[in-house]
Amino acid sequence: MPTATSLTRDQAYDVARQVADPEMPMLTLADLGVLRSVEVDDAGVVVAITPTYSGCPAMATMRDDLVHRLRDAGFDDVRVRVELEPAWSSDWITERGRRALAEHGISPPGPAGPAGPVALRLLPTRRDLRCPRCGSDATEVTSEFGATACKALCRCTDCREPFEHVKEI
Amino acid sequence: MTEDPHSPHGAHAPSHAAPDPNAAEGSIFDGLLGGDTSQWAFGTDFEDPLAGVDTTVPDGVDAHDLAVYCLMLADDALVASQRLSEWCSRAPDLEEDIALANVALDLLGQARLLLARAAAADASVVPVLPEGSPVPPEDALAFFREAGDFRNVRLAEVPNGDFAHTVVRLLLLSCARLAVMERLAGSRDRVLAAVAAKAVKELAYHRDFAGRWFLTLAQGTEESRRRLLTALDQLWPLHDELFGSHAVERAVADAGVGGDPAEVAPEADVVLEQVLAMSGVERPDRQALAGVSGRTGRDGLHTEALGLMLAEMQVVARAHPSGRW
Repeated sequence: MPTATSLTRDQAYDVARQVADPEMPMLTLADLGVLRSVEVDDAGVVVAITPTYSGCPAMATMRDDLVHRLRDAGFDDVRVRVELEPAWSSDWITERGRRALAEHGISPPGPAGPAGPVALRLLPTRRDLRCPRCGSDATEVTSEFGATACKALCRCTDCREPFEHVKEI
Repeated sequence: MTEDPHSPHGAHAPSHAAPDPNAAEGSIFDGLLGGDTSQWAFGTDFEDPLAGVDTTVPDGVDAHDLAVYCLMLADDALVASQRLSEWCSRAPDLEEDIALANVALDLLGQARLLLARAAAADASVVPVLPEGSPVPPEDALAFFREAGDFRNVRLAEVPNGDFAHTVVRLLLLSCARLAVMERLAGSRDRVLAAVAAKAVKELAYHRDFAGRWFLTLAQGTEESRRRLLTALDQLWPLHDELFGSHAVERAVADAGVGGDPAEVAPEADVVLEQVLAMSGVERPDRQALAGVSGRTGRDGLHTEALGLMLAEMQVVARAHPSGRW
């Protein structure tokens, strides 16, 4: 088995970027945008991840998955650190990630709002939503909160199927 | 209590044998594991929520003041989160049940980071636990402080009423907290700035949720409007306390690290006024609830309800200060 020093940063990154998100396994951590950096030094590998939401319960699992996969690849000393800034934005989900979401029936997020003062929205948030099953834009949001912190519940009024939408933040 | 549902190595005998992922005949969980036995370890360990984050206290701010300020922000979120969690499985419908749980989770996440930040700024605020206790500092702060050590505003702690009561409370709290967090995103303390930048995004969803329900209930049926107005009337005396600035809040604000709630009151009020106007609701003509000798929630002066709530929230952790979960 190769030692940490004989492996490169690129090799470590290649392993880390393929680790799947525990709650949306069609996405890798890199596609979700939570994998912030991978560095290799004499002591081992340091991977930085950022939470999607403050209360994201998947952080420990992400860390364990990263450590395990990198150890399997021969990196003996793996440390995972949390990077809180800049705060994760749904804009960081890659194009490939957005396609993967849509292929799995989850509507990808639109662009996050601009920085600056946050406006109150008393009417339903306008979104360019398309049903991931039938492609219709006759959709409505059932609830801004869903089964995971990052998703809203929606339904298609054409095909009548419910679907989830990754929220813009 | 030392067993973990995810761990096959619990010290106590589980109700059924944990599946052995290495068993020759395989197990029903093989598909879930994908042959990756490392998954059996997840959930068995604590992680430091600020692992690798630079928690150096910025120049020019008193470390103890910073810690106490973080407790104020954390306790508002923690106590509000606990009250929202009491709705789990009891909300008017499934969507609202899920929504309230999501809001509670966001606030709990903010509380955890802020409690960890408080402990990292000044360890003297953390209750002392028995030698060898594995309880991390943020949990020690959440589960081993007395009510008198909590620094939350009293609005967060009063017992839940009906759904309208929860909507009004969440609206008042999230209008104020969002305004404070917008200010804090520019804090000289990197941890607070980072926590606040994320909190702003989350609170925007909470405020919209509460504002939309406020409008819906106000313009709904006679009964929904009656309940909404009753809740607003009940909670209004606790509203002012959100914007009373405590000496610690002023000190950290002056140091460029905190946000003085009195300064953001006008911004928060503009938003609240929007909701009230759209809903056709007048501000209640009610006096603010006084403190005792000038002391309010920020000083650790609370209503009886907080002690009762904490008794339930803390009982298991306190029974096992050396427990491994």
